[in-house]
This record gives sequence, structure tokens and C-alpha cells, in this order.
Amino acid sequence: MSLEARAVGFRYGSGPWVFRKFDITVGAGEMVGLLGPSGCGKTTLARLLAGHEDPREGRVLFDGAALPRAGYCPVQLVSQHPEHAVNPRWRMRDIMCEGWSMAEDTMEMLSIQPEWLDRYPSELSGGEIQRFCVARTLSPSTRILIADEMTTMLDAITQAQLWRAVRETVDQRGLGVLVVSHERALIDALCDRTVALEAADAPEP
Amino acid sequence: MNGAAPQTHPSAGRVSCSRLALSGRQRTLLTAALAALALGVIVAAGVLLPDTRLATDLGARNQAPSLANPFGTDWLGRDMLTRTARGLTTSLALGMAAASVSALLALALGMAAATLGKAADAAVSWLIDLFLSVPHIVLLILISFAFGGGARGVIIGIVLTHWPALARIIRAEILALRGSEFVRVSRRLGRSNLHIATRHMFPHVFPQFLVGLILLFPHAILHEAAVTFLGFGLPPHEPAVGIILAEAMMHLSTGRWWLALFPGLALLAMVRAFDILGDNTRALLDPRTAHE
Repeated sequence: MSLEARAVGFRYGSGPWVFRKFDITVGAGEMVGLLGPSGCGKTTLARLLAGHEDPREGRVLFDGAALPRAGYCPVQLVSQHPEHAVNPRWRMRDIMCEGWSMAEDTMEMLSIQPEWLDRYPSELSGGEIQRFCVARTLSPSTRILIADEMTTMLDAITQAQLWRAVRETVDQRGLGVLVVSHERALIDALCDRTVALEAADAPEP
Repeated sequence: MNGAAPQTHPSAGRVSCSRLALSGRQRTLLTAALAALALGVIVAAGVLLPDTRLATDLGARNQAPSLANPFGTDWLGRDMLTRTARGLTTSLALGMAAASVSALLALALGMAAATLGKAADAAVSWLIDLFLSVPHIVLLILISFAFGGGARGVIIGIVLTHWPALARIIRAEILALRGSEFVRVSRRLGRSNLHIATRHMFPHVFPQFLVGLILLFPHAILHEAAVTFLGFGLPPHEPAVGIILAEAMMHLSTGRWWLALFPGLALLAMVRAFDILGDNTRALLDPRTAHE
């Protein structure tokens, strides 16, 4: 079981290529780091891998087949801005249960307080919402997690708690994780191996 | 630390002003309630004033406003206050029916344009442009005339001419929502289009829909009155404001100013009450102003 990108490339409209001919594989039970400077297309690549966007060339394969169009996607994405990833008109309880009915140990593992469940996203901090966003994707049906700068905006304690929860899930049931970050120290501490993304050649003048 | 004494809390001045000072939200609520009350009074007057005041009384013809007949009487001795209240109630009923159907049409077409793909979007956008490019009143007269006039003609005319502006707003809202991250996440979590439409999109556009609906009422009422005034709307025996104003035109030159002034003012007041109600509802529902 693995997520594989074969020679993927992407550009917006007919603009310059963000990246081209990029290959990456994330297997079960491994944590892979994706490093790259700001603006080199890390987030775009993360969105392609999770099926939020289609690559302009190349293919994204899960277990040798294209990602499913409908139904639960085994590859889930947690993005940098949790407040955009939740419906501001929903209570946290509904947000959390949109993907699966969560086990209590997941809540405990992520230190989600029961009293947060009846609040709206605007009544929680970014770190608190991000715990829900991570919890939402840790369903048993999720095989690969793409963590796109998942903890960049958060304080050190929240960062540590979130990564510990992810690491535990990796060890327990072989979740595969792609850690997207521009911080080498974080990736060195977490990941088994690292892949670098470099921007495509400078656009033709 | 005595140097800090002159500094006062920024809100201190406001707190000491008056105990009756209302917050912005309370004022908005109060204004909306007053506007709703004014509309309620019009409906109550239309329903409760007795028919006997509408009876022809040739002994009390053409009387100027007095305590017994605050709006005066017409050339048949009928009480103008009762006629105006009845006329406004008719206009209100027609306006509500027409505006509601028109708003639902806008919601359906706006959602269809934004969710059913490029061809549907192009078709609906073309229709919106087409309807917006012809002056309302001309189109309304043509449609009303084609459907044989009367209440039916006016309602169909208003329904068909008033949806495009609201449909355009709803289409734009839903297009923005479709690209939003939480909708994409919901889709990747395996949720169906129906779930996304009903649980994510509809609650988001509902405030726009409601405010659009309330703001459609005054338009619908004014246009009903206008079409009726011009003779393409309700038949002369219906108690409509447009009829009253059209008849009053014949008597203006004879100095009976009250025949047109009071019904006209009442119509304006009702339209304004709806405008205020709509604007304040928007302020209450909009998250950016809801807490002010």
C-alpha cells in the first residue's frame, strides 16, 4: 500500500510551470519529509497528492490506481490554515464527525476538551481548531496523511502534542505520512527520509 | 504610579452617559421591530376597518380630512383611510406572493448556475443579462398584458422580472463556496453533493436569500402599484393603491389634494418600512456587523 506520484507537473492556466517531472512515494508506516524553500510549490504538490487538484501532467496513484473521485479518500490533507478548513457556521462536534464517528482515545490523544465540542470555530484558537482537523483525518480509513505545514502557525506545546499523536498512529496501524515543511530541524526530528522539491526552471522571459 | 491617574478606560465615557443607551445590535433589533410593527398595523387596519366605511354616502362627498375621516372622503363619500388600508393590504398580499416566488426562482437558478456545470452557468447568466438589460417596468407591462392583466398577470410579471439581481448574488456566493477549502475537505471525506449543497452551501446563502426576499417586497409593491396606475394591472373594482392614485389624478386639478397625498404617503411609508426591515435584518445576520 503506497501513494505514488509519477512525473507530476503543475501550472496555473498557461503560466510558468510550478514544478515538473516530480516523483515521490510514501509507503505504509513511514514518515517522509518534503523540504523546499517558500514558494517552490510544496502546498500545490500536497493538494495534488490529496486529490484536491489534478496534476497537469503525470499521475498520482494510490495502490497503483487513481485516487477515488467519490467516497472517502484514503489520502487526506491537513493544511496550514485550520480556520479555512472548517465551516464557520458549524459547531466543532459536527465538524469532527464529518468524516467518521471518532473514538474517544483519539480525542484524548489530541487533548481535545469535551467543552470545545459545542463551540463554533470562531470561539477557538487556531491550535485548538487544528487538533480537530487532525482528529477528523485520523479515521481508520485514512492510509496516507499529507501534513502541509500542519504545525507552522502553532505554539511549541501544541506542535509536540500533534506530532506525538501522528507518530503514535503511524506506529500503531501503519499510517503513512508526508510531512511538508520548510523547516529542516522539524523534518530531521520526525522523518525516516527526506525528499527535496525544487522549483521548476525560471519562467521563460 | 500616580501619573497613570488621568488615563481612563476607553469605554468609561460611554458607560456613564446613560443607562438607556442601547447597543448597536439592540438598536438594530428595535428598528426592525418597529418596521415590522408598522407593516402589522397596515394589515390590521385593512382587515379590521368595517365595510360600512366603504359604502357610498353621497351626503359626505369630497370632504377634506377631519377627525371622522382622517384621510378625507372621495367623490362617492367613501372613507379614504379605509380605502387606502384595503389597497395597501391588497398590494402587500400581491407583493408577498410575487416576491416569494421570485426569490425562490432566484435561489433555484442561482444554485443551478453555480453547481450544474459550464453550460448551465452560461445559460442562466445569459438569461440574467437579458432580463437586466430591459427596463423592469416595460417588461412587467408586456408580461402582465400578455397574461391578461389582473392579479394573475401582475404576479407573473413581477415574478419573471425581479429574480435576476438576487440570482446573480446567490450564484456568486455559491461559486466562491465551491472553491472554499472546507467544501473540498468535505468532498474528500466522502460526502455527497447533496450533503454539501444542503449542509454547507444552503446555510451560507440563506441570509442573502432572506434579506433579498425582504428587499424584493418594496420593489414588487411599487411595481404592482405602477402597473395598476398605468392601467395594465388590477381591474378598477379591486381596492389597490395604484387604482386609488390613478382615480385621484382626475380630481387633483379640482383641489382635492387629499385623494392622492395620503394614499401616496402611505405607500411610500410601507415601502420604506420594508427597506428598513431588510437592511436591519442584513445587519443582524451578517457576521461582520452582528455584534456591533
